[in-house]
This record gives sequence, C-alpha cells and structure tokens, in this order.
Amino acid sequence: MTTHTQTAQNKPPGSVTGGEGLLTGPVRTVLAAVLLVLLLAAPFALYPVFLMKVLCFALFACAFNLLIGFVGLLSFGHAAFFGGAAYISAHTVKVWGVTPEIGILLGTAFAAALGMVFGLLAIRRQGIYFAMITLALAQMIFFLALQMPFTGGEDGIQAVPRGRLFGVIDLTSPLAMYYTVLAIAVLGFLIIWRTVHSPFGQVLKAIRENEPRAISLGYRTEQYKLAAFVMSAALAGLAGATKAIVFQLATLTDVSWQMSGEVVLMTLLGGMGTLFGPVVGAALVVTLQNYLAATNLPVTVVIGAIFVVCVLVFRRGIVGELTRILKGSRG
Amino acid sequence: MFEFLGVPPQALFGQLLLGLINGSFYALLSLGLAVIFGMLNVINFAHGALYMVGAFTAWLMLQYLGIGYWPALILAPLVVGLFGIILEKTMLSRLYKLDHLYGLLLTFGLALILEGMFRHWYGASGQPYRIPDALQGGRNLGFMFLPNYRGWVVVASLVVCLGTWYAIERTRLGAYLRAATENPVLVQAFGINVPRMITLTYGFGVALAGFAGVLAAPIYQVNPLMGSNLIIVVFAVVVIGGMGSIMGAIVTGFALGLLEGLTKVFYPEASNIVVFVVMAVVLLIKPAGLFGRER
Repeated sequence: MTTHTQTAQNKPPGSVTGGEGLLTGPVRTVLAAVLLVLLLAAPFALYPVFLMKVLCFALFACAFNLLIGFVGLLSFGHAAFFGGAAYISAHTVKVWGVTPEIGILLGTAFAAALGMVFGLLAIRRQGIYFAMITLALAQMIFFLALQMPFTGGEDGIQAVPRGRLFGVIDLTSPLAMYYTVLAIAVLGFLIIWRTVHSPFGQVLKAIRENEPRAISLGYRTEQYKLAAFVMSAALAGLAGATKAIVFQLATLTDVSWQMSGEVVLMTLLGGMGTLFGPVVGAALVVTLQNYLAATNLPVTVVIGAIFVVCVLVFRRGIVGELTRILKGSRG
Repeated sequence: MFEFLGVPPQALFGQLLLGLINGSFYALLSLGLAVIFGMLNVINFAHGALYMVGAFTAWLMLQYLGIGYWPALILAPLVVGLFGIILEKTMLSRLYKLDHLYGLLLTFGLALILEGMFRHWYGASGQPYRIPDALQGGRNLGFMFLPNYRGWVVVASLVVCLGTWYAIERTRLGAYLRAATENPVLVQAFGINVPRMITLTYGFGVALAGFAGVLAAPIYQVNPLMGSNLIIVVFAVVVIGGMGSIMGAIVTGFALGLLEGLTKVFYPEASNIVVFVVMAVVLLIKPAGLFGRER
C-alpha cells in the first residue's frame, strides 16, 4: 500500500539476502569440490533419471533466478523458453536427425531469440506489469505449441531418440546421459556464477536496488535488463532442450503456465537471490512431486500451500534463512 | 441472403455474439482486477480461481440446498466476497509493506490451492448447470437468432460494469475510494477507516469475479479449471487497457471479446492468440496501455 518509493522494507524480492561473501576462499572451494564429487558418485546410489530431472530443473531455476534474484524482474513466462527449446531440440533430433548436442544448441538458440522478442516487449513495463506481460506472451507460445503442425498437439513430440553425443558417445546408456547432463548443468551454473560476479552482474544488482540511480550514473539500464533477460531465457532453454533429450519427449506441460509457476516456486523456496537456493529448491520440489505422485494427495494443493507459506513467513527461502542464521552466529 | 466478405451473416453475427459474451466476462473480471489493484496495488492472481468458486458455489447451492439461479446470483458473489475478505484480513494485509510482487505470488498460491481442491473433489470434467426457466429459448432478431440467456449475460454484465463505474466515479463513497487510492495517509487523517475500506474493496472486487462465475455457469460447464485459462487472457486485457481507468477496463474487455469473435470468423486458427498479439502491438505503440497512465 502507500507510496511507491523504495524504503528499507519495500525492497524487490531478490534483495532479501545479501550474504554471498559468507563462504569465501578455501571453504567455498572445498565445499564445491565435495558437492562435485557427490554429484559424480550420485548415479551409483540414486536413480539416474530422477537425478537428471533434478539437474535440469536446477539449471532452469538458476536461470530464472538470474532475473528475479539479481535484476529484480519477475518473469511469469519462463516455461515458454524451457518448453519452446524442448520442442525445437526434440523436433530437430527426431525429424532432422541431428546429433543431440546440435539439437540442444538449436533449442538454446531458439530460446535466446524468443527471449529477445519477449524482452523487448516486456521491459517496456515494470514490476507487476512485467510479470503479466511475460505470462501472456508465454500463453501465446502455449497456444502455438498446441496448434502448429510439427508439435504434435496434445501428444507433443514423443519417442525422441537420444542418439550419440558428437556422433560417438551412446546416450542410451544412463550413465553417459547422466554425465552429459551433469556437465551441461555445471557449465550453466558456472556461466551464471561468473556473470553474477562480473562488473556486468554488479550493474544488474545496482538496477535491482535502485534503477533511477543506476540511470543517473549513466547506465543504459534497458540494455542491461534486456541482456540479462536473453541470457536467462537462453539458459532456461538449455535446461529445457536437455530435458527433452533425457526424457525423449517435449509436451505441452513444458510450455504451460503451471511450469512457469513451478520454477517460481523452486526459486522462492530455495531462496531468491542466492546462488545455491534454486538448486536446493528444485531438488526439493522434484522430490516432493515424485513422492506425492505415489500418494492420494493433490499435488497442486500442496504446491500452492508451500507458495503461501513461503510468501507469508519464509521469504528468504531455505538457503537465505540458513545464510542469515550462520551470519548471526558469527557475530 | 447477402454475404459479407464471403461470410454468411448468421455465422458473422453468431461469432460476434459469442465474442460479446466473452467480452462480458473479460470486462467483469478486468474491472474487478482494476478496482483491487487501484486500492491494494496487488494483482489478484486468484481472480480466475474465485470466478470458478463463484460458479461452483451456484452449482453446489442448486445441488445440495435446492437454491436456484436467481438467489444464487446474489448469494454466490456474497459468499465469494466474504471469502475474499477473510483472505485479505488473514494473509494479504500482511504484505502491503513489501514489494508488490509478493501479493502476486501469494494469490498465485491461493489460486493453485483452490483449483487443486475443487479438482480433487469434483474431478476435471465439467458439471452442467441448467439455464433458468425464465431465460430458456430465444428470439429471432431477423438477421440472427438470439438465445435469451446469452442476451441476458451481456445485459447483466453491462449493468454491473456501468453501475460499478458510476459508484466509483460519481458517488461520495467512490470519491473516498479514489482519494484513498491517491493518498491513503491523508484520507486516514480525515477520519476515514482506510484499512477497512481496503478490505471491503478486495471483497467487492472478488465478488464481481464470483458474479461472473454464476453468469458463466449455464454457458460454460462448471469446471475447476474454468478460471485459470481465462485469467491469463484477462491479464492481457488489463495490460492493453491499462489499469488507470475503470471505464478503460470495461471498454477494453468488450472490445477484445468482439475482436476475438471477428477473428474466429475470418481466421479461426489465430482466435486463441489474437488478444496476446494485440497486447504486443499496444506495448510497442503505447506501453502504458490504451487508457493507462504510467505510475
């Protein structure tokens, strides 16, 4: 309510945490190494397809978080990039017969181009309008996916061959597929990490905190926002295209508004504006969905309830709250 | 019979009528969104779900209590409005000091809960709702056949929309409301209970959605998912019209419904996306929306 000025309480969602400098130097290197070893060993302990799903959604959520967490833009249409790229890579691999890496690249390129179009339109408005515009544009992509001749309507594109990576490595082997997905996810994560800690990322954060001030300092904020939007769209596309190869299908679910909502939830639950939050959120939500599928509980109700609880009492998300507690205990 | 651009007039007017009916719902829903946004600065994502709850309330009243269409047309919006007031008091009111995006996220979660519950209880298939006896049948207008119920929907929507416009723009209560939108602190200082006004505004806005739901029940089947697809189109309508003006929301709603109907006649494949295309064009030409002002 009240005025539109940015007061201390009235900050954009991403800025609820500021604790990135917490784990520094050797501690962070060790932690990253441990995590990587765990991920390398994981397929021997857990079901690889489940892990691959988590990795794809983790990358998707990280891509989404790049916008909400570091630029303060809430996109409610990221399913268009995720699902659009899934359709393109599924189609090119299945019908054109290209190798999986080319299919994934084409899907990613499509998502980036789509992100350019969406971005040019959506950054003309701010805040809530931005969310509504991205949602509406994504719904347009949903209807196109429903009606276009090559997308297979309600069935989607099924039985996409996994093929051979670079024409050599057979991806029908679950382990080969898993390590490919892991490499892609880690690469995507490193790109995001590098971006956030670059001068470019600092400008993005400046825009999030106070856009008029960034403008007054001479930054062309529109161009920065557009660049971040295209990057986020491309990475979301990378996740979607990879998912299409892993599950060998692209369906309407991938482009639906529910999917856009899911990625918002993953990021919110894990912690907006934290680097690892989206990964944690994605892992939790995917696990929860797997668990709920076996029970009689309606999934959407549970997802909705988590949304409400997160917004009301848990706005920093899991990683955000943990960071705050750790910081507090250190003084 | 003459033809218009190769389209028989019956088909043309039939689709235009369908468009007008869709427009009635767009107008009612975007009006509610605009009223709520003006006062609370919250985009009510649960609007579509509450429209569905309105339709279901009417259906449940008929099914279990034997309450017919006409009482339900009053009672169901009251039930939805009351429910909205509870939501505002217990949840939304905690978020006003935060970024407005949290309101959107909260109402999105509420929409998922409502839809999920109704789908869990009543399945995804639609429940039929009978057209009331007084509005059965139709009349021949010479150039087309008008089913009575459809005519009633358009008239009822117009009356409620214009009534709301009158109440907000031309009455003393409306003046308080507009004043509180501009400067709540000052209005509060004059001794008007602004928080209560906010609560009632939210209740009224969602009651409009409930009313639209009851109107829709005999036309579309009563379905748990009937609101979610509609609400995204309504968002686009709101972006096109801009939320600055009540009349703007009404006019844009009806106009886009008609445009959708026309598209169904001349290029049916594009009828699902025409509203979104218009939105993109409007954003390029006049980013604040046709009736909007940048805020």
